[in-house]
Amino acid sequence: MTTVSSAEPTRRDFLYIATGAVGAIGAAATLVPLLAQMNPDASTVAAGAPVDIDLAPIAEGQIVKVFWRSKPIFIFHRTKKEIDEAKNVDVNSLPDPESDAERTKPGHEQWLVVIGICTHLGCIPLAHQGEYGGWFCPCHGSQYDTAGRIRKGPAPRNLALPPYTFLSDTKIRIGEESAKTA
Amino acid sequence: MSGHSTYRPQSKFMQWLEKRLPIGGLVHSSFVAYPTPRNLNYWWTFGGILAFMLAVQIVTGIVLAMHYTPQADMAFNSVESIMRDVNYGWLIRYVHANGASMFFLAAYIHLFRGMYYGSYKEPREVLWILGVILLLLMIATGFMGYVLVWGQMSFWAATVITNLFSAIPGVGSTIVTWLWGGYAVGNPTLNRFFSLHYLLPFVIAGVVVLHIWALHVVGQNNPAGIEPKSDRDTVPFTPYATIKDTFMIVVFCIVFAWFVFYIPNYLLHPDNYIPANPAQTPPEIVPEWYYLPFYAILRSIPNKLLGVCALFASIVILAFLPWLDTSPVRSARYRPLYRQFFWLFVATAIGLGYLGSRPPEGVYVVISRILTVYYFAFFLIILPLLGIFEKTRPLPNSIADSVLGKA
Ligand code: HEM
Ligand code: FES
Repeated sequence: MTTVSSAEPTRRDFLYIATGAVGAIGAAATLVPLLAQMNPDASTVAAGAPVDIDLAPIAEGQIVKVFWRSKPIFIFHRTKKEIDEAKNVDVNSLPDPESDAERTKPGHEQWLVVIGICTHLGCIPLAHQGEYGGWFCPCHGSQYDTAGRIRKGPAPRNLALPPYTFLSDTKIRIGEESAKTA
Repeated sequence: MSGHSTYRPQSKFMQWLEKRLPIGGLVHSSFVAYPTPRNLNYWWTFGGILAFMLAVQIVTGIVLAMHYTPQADMAFNSVESIMRDVNYGWLIRYVHANGASMFFLAAYIHLFRGMYYGSYKEPREVLWILGVILLLLMIATGFMGYVLVWGQMSFWAATVITNLFSAIPGVGSTIVTWLWGGYAVGNPTLNRFFSLHYLLPFVIAGVVVLHIWALHVVGQNNPAGIEPKSDRDTVPFTPYATIKDTFMIVVFCIVFAWFVFYIPNYLLHPDNYIPANPAQTPPEIVPEWYYLPFYAILRSIPNKLLGVCALFASIVILAFLPWLDTSPVRSARYRPLYRQFFWLFVATAIGLGYLGSRPPEGVYVVISRILTVYYFAFFLIILPLLGIFEKTRPLPNSIADSVLGKA
């Protein structure tokens, strides 16, 4: 074998590059199914369809926990006092500034519907505990107020809002966002 | 190092085999004739103990997998049936569960040994980094094994630990959903953790081979921290190291057996005997003891992203030790100041472990913060500066001199 190093590209150079390019594309393409199989499968996605919840049995001041997409959802029937507490806060002083109106549906502000997963590392906060009348997370001490907003502790964000719609005054559908005029 | 193989196969069969696969010679040169420094103390036996513990975990794990069901509705009960119905199942599970603790105990002693005697320094950097990789793999393996029990602690540990990745800006929650295979920790998570918990110990075994290979290229460090110069400084691995290692494995097994037979649940959390309940977080979440120092570091920082970064950094920083320590002297024996900072570091690690098991409130948080600062300062400030300012004691001329009293 002689090794000829010429400035001119040879047929072998072409073969190297072409083979390498096809090989690289092939390897990248195989990664797609290998990675995608880890994502939620069709049955999990199908089981994540919207759920309807009847609000009538929920007493004032009560917080109930329902499940949607394996996530706990808190439905909080707030008292007048609790609504006022949530409203009378200087929004700009909050770690994750959001007004109470942004977190409820117009005309239904006694209802707070939030995903019951601490935005720190995913524990389920305990209802009616902590200094702000909302939730207290037992894992690392995050505290949420009566609008589910983070007030204290390591959690970075307010409790997330699930997509939901009021079907009537006493019925909601979780998993489907309403048009703005619900 | 010399390490010439003087292997001469005795039997006809071994002579025949040696011509075709020289495995006898490899074993002979690595574990019989291999020269080891004559001054090694008992802290050097933990490598052998670790190899032994890996074998224990693999054997008991494979047996457990014959009776275990990796399905969310059945996993917990299958572990209970291992405990109650399978012949000697209680023993096998207690050996595996406590074995993980003993494995980590040995790993931490091995690691501190390396730090005390400067075993990470030139030319052993790669050997050291392979050790850090082994630690990371052990952490991942132990975590996924713990999840398999599918008790309350399993479930919530899985939730909290996978959620660490949600701190990654932008893609965090996409990654977490991908890890879970669902909208929360659930059956798909359990399945993949089982698959990986089975796989990773064999990856560990592979990296152990690299670790020992690297060790046999550069040779062992020793309590004096100087390289062997002549045959007077070394003794052959067999019988000297073989018997010493075996002796310590037996001693270690006595401690291990004491845990397994007398206090098998001492290190396990009672809440993990409650089946996983996705609707209820236990009143307090504590990881296994061997993760507590890192957990304390995570919790001492009030910001989520920074806390998660500090957690990972506290382990990864070990890999940079060879370059952070600027002193040319290896062994703490000849480094009076380093020795004090070292023991303070050990105390800090143990202190963080204790704090990780306490609720994150009041004075506990304050002390965790102080210790976290020392943990990082040790690596990032003290070690680089000590190399410049410390006045080290004179090194002995040779290993033989150091043990025979002519310092
Ligand atoms: C690096 C080695 C290993 C470590 C550190 C390790 C660690 C653990 C831990 C901490 C547990 C939870 C124990 C409990 O609380 O009950 C566990 C469970 C389990 N491990 Fe391993 N393991 C290792 C190797 C293996 C291997 C090779 C297998 C083989 C398939 C295996 C199979 C299992 C099974 C089936 C369980 C669930 C049953 C049980 O909890 O006892 N492990 N492992
Ligand atoms: S998970 Fe709630 S404070 Fe950490």
